Amino acid sequence: MRYISLTPEERQLMLQAIGVEKTEDLFESIPVGVRLGRPVDLPEPLSESSLLADFKAMARKNACGDDFAYFLGAGAYHHFIPSVIDTLVSRSEYFTAYTPYQPEVSQGTLQAIFEYQTLIAQLTGMEVANASLYDGASALAEAVMMASRVTRRTRVLVPEALHPNYRKVLGTYTGNHLSVTSVPADSAGSMDPETVDALLDDRTAAVVVQSPNFFGVVEEMEELGRLAHRRRALLVAVTTEALSLGLLKPPGEMGADIVAGEGQSLGLPLSFGGPYLGLFATRDRYKRQMPGRLVGQTVDRKDRRGFVLTLSTREQHIRREKATSNICTNQGLCALAVSIFLSTLGKTGIRELAEQNLKKAHYLRRRLAGRLVFPGPVFNEMVLRVDDPESLNQELYREGIIGGLPLGTWFPSRRDQMLVCVTDQNTRRQIDRFIRVLQQSRVTV
Amino acid sequence: MNRTSPVYNLNEPLIFEQSSPGKAAYSLPPLDVEDTPVEEILEPGLIRQEIRGFPEVSEVEIIRHYTRMSTWNYHIDLGMYPLGSCTMKYNPRLNERTARMPRIAMVHPMQEAALSQGNLKLIHRLQECLQELTGLDAVTLQPAAGSQGEMVGILMVRAHHEAQQRQRRYVLIPDSAHGTNPASAAIAGYQVVSIPSDSSGRIDIRVLRERMNQDVACLMLTNPNTLGIFESRIEEISRIVHDQGGLIYMDGANFNALMGYARPGDMGIDVLHLNLHKTFSTPHGGGGPGCGAVACRDLLAPYLPSPVIERDGSGYRANPDRPHSVGPVHAFHGNFGMMVRALTYILTCGGSGLKQITETAVLNANYIRARLQEYFHLPYPTPSMHEAVFSDKTLEPFGVKTLDVAKQLIDEGFHPPTIYFPLIVRGAMMIEPTESESKAELDAFVDAMIRIYHRAREDADAAHEAPRLAKRTRLDETRAARRPVLRWTPEEEA
Repeated sequence: MRYISLTPEERQLMLQAIGVEKTEDLFESIPVGVRLGRPVDLPEPLSESSLLADFKAMARKNACGDDFAYFLGAGAYHHFIPSVIDTLVSRSEYFTAYTPYQPEVSQGTLQAIFEYQTLIAQLTGMEVANASLYDGASALAEAVMMASRVTRRTRVLVPEALHPNYRKVLGTYTGNHLSVTSVPADSAGSMDPETVDALLDDRTAAVVVQSPNFFGVVEEMEELGRLAHRRRALLVAVTTEALSLGLLKPPGEMGADIVAGEGQSLGLPLSFGGPYLGLFATRDRYKRQMPGRLVGQTVDRKDRRGFVLTLSTREQHIRREKATSNICTNQGLCALAVSIFLSTLGKTGIRELAEQNLKKAHYLRRRLAGRLVFPGPVFNEMVLRVDDPESLNQELYREGIIGGLPLGTWFPSRRDQMLVCVTDQNTRRQIDRFIRVLQQSRVTV
Repeated sequence: MNRTSPVYNLNEPLIFEQSSPGKAAYSLPPLDVEDTPVEEILEPGLIRQEIRGFPEVSEVEIIRHYTRMSTWNYHIDLGMYPLGSCTMKYNPRLNERTARMPRIAMVHPMQEAALSQGNLKLIHRLQECLQELTGLDAVTLQPAAGSQGEMVGILMVRAHHEAQQRQRRYVLIPDSAHGTNPASAAIAGYQVVSIPSDSSGRIDIRVLRERMNQDVACLMLTNPNTLGIFESRIEEISRIVHDQGGLIYMDGANFNALMGYARPGDMGIDVLHLNLHKTFSTPHGGGGPGCGAVACRDLLAPYLPSPVIERDGSGYRANPDRPHSVGPVHAFHGNFGMMVRALTYILTCGGSGLKQITETAVLNANYIRARLQEYFHLPYPTPSMHEAVFSDKTLEPFGVKTLDVAKQLIDEGFHPPTIYFPLIVRGAMMIEPTESESKAELDAFVDAMIRIYHRAREDADAAHEAPRLAKRTRLDETRAARRPVLRWTPEEEA
């Protein structure tokens, strides 16, 4: 067992020091009736080479981004990831450290999180951000629960064009205490202010708006913010595509009170859905109502700048059942990766990368204009009308393409529609091939 | 002040303070489609101005910045990290290699099941391993952390009682429990009733019997508990709770004490969470990502979050069609990268290796306990398993407290243990060495603790001054909380 460092002689010496004869004696407090009277029924240990062979065999059963062109997004995106990220997050000092409870020996992690909080506040246009939550879906749930705490109200309006998985996670978290009302998408695919206004009432804690929304449409949320605020409700903005913030006007400049989102686009591999990163930012006046970890700046006894975990009186290890949330940890290493990504791309790179997404998606959109379901503005995703999305995906697969998401599974009335994503990773040749397969398929428009 | 020393960097400005216009650390390929101006694609009102204050630095500066900061972190590759209940064990490099295999790491969560059979099989195999280790019938790997697993478990308890047409109001939680337990119970809509510990450090059975009734949904217990003590009367506890129609939730934070020796399923546990980032060696990453797997009896399986990975004649699939599910807690499958690492670890160790790991973890903890007990007060002399809890009582006459011990350990080259937890021990020091440590490392730690003990009697002032050898002396946490500075602001705005 190569992960253990004791010799049999040392074990003997240690048992003597403890004053027992054999290791089994240390387990005597487990009553006989509940002891496992047999060996664990798991395979024999595998050597390093055998284990790698085993995993390679499983890996061969997957299709992946090395072999296929992806036109699939829907909350998880193929983007450029600079090489420096994996180099740096693979440093033992970061990935084998624990939560920075002892600040004197954790200044590396703490300063990195402080920089992360700043970067996310800048990106979202908000005043403060936390040290991250688990993913975009649970971040939205935490945002809605926070809005309910701030307003002391229990009703929430969510758009039809909210990512369906986010909607479900929101239900899991809030099903016992909040009521959720759905706002149908208008013909442009967006949230219509008049409809929202008609549904707002004095019990409404928050209006949720996703932008770009699940249909890819960029929402104009300023009016929604004004309407929500007039009823003393909060505007909660959520995004599943954080890279769009490199180009689109941020929610903080459009009246959002809380911003939640998925940070995967900012330097994290697809990794079959996780680990990703929940973005969470808000206004300064609500900072003590925020869930999750926060790092703050302070000084040491020699008056030198340093960083600590702070405002922990919000948290469960002190507040127990009265805490703002049950969340204990963050996605520390993912937050580090996102910080490195944002610092590496920087002010000009984040814009250029976002613009490449916009322009490549625009290239596809212009050529398939007749199939667009929604006329609203998009960033890098759009809904196309195709006759039979499932069989189209089969045809695309034969051409080395993983196609878009058939919407019928989520929206039964949209069986002839597919959510298609174009990112910086799609070359013009791939886009042309996608268009050719689509136009040649037996699709009627 | 010097900027660098040969050992570690003494100062490093924030990335924003190193930024100047014109520097860049990235390269993108030229745009290969027509370069339509952004303003012709989007309304001007939808486009943002440049992001003020965003960094502009070179790639060299990126590498130096994060490398220099990294030298200020203590980490498990540097030495023992005896944080009780956190199970800071060695993070095998093989785990990192499998998790980064392109055909595993570059798979999209929404692509068709037929194109993801490898990853679905991987999840399914890990589910089966955890079923065998826990003695329970079904597993979800979706929760991203222990606290999310707790919430899922309690929501499942709630769903069970709702299906019985009789909702209950209370959850019983021992006073030694982790703070997340009551917080999770509250999110699920329950009121918390505390159960005190008896003089042996275990659940007070007499009080449990008094407070258990048909309004109690479940008992949430940790076993071994946060004192490292096994709840020996677990069979009786199980009867008391189940006789009234209640369920038992187990916080599996301390599962490293049980592998191959006992299974929660055989103790009457109905549902539990495991922290794959503790017991199964996935890295803590400076505070996540983790994975809070939940295992349960058949009775509760219908309520597991959807989707559940199932196997049928044609292969593996994520089944979303589960009408009684409490619903998902993650947009996709959860922290899949952590599952790859945990399965790598389990298959590397095998059943026999995992038992040896538990055996060694318990031996190491008892060795520390035996060597330190003549110097530090053991509030509960009951035999303990994978961790031992001491207090600062023997140092009290000299005005030296647990915090001073912790900070002096830093100067001795060790990460401090978990301090001031569990709350039922005044000045608690909770020490969990894990199986990773050699006898030499354990002895060095014990010797450091003994030096700290003697120093308390000889020079209490020095104890209060620690740490002196770290990047910073003690930091002013009160100031941080009273006047929170949570982000950098450009000077002209500050």
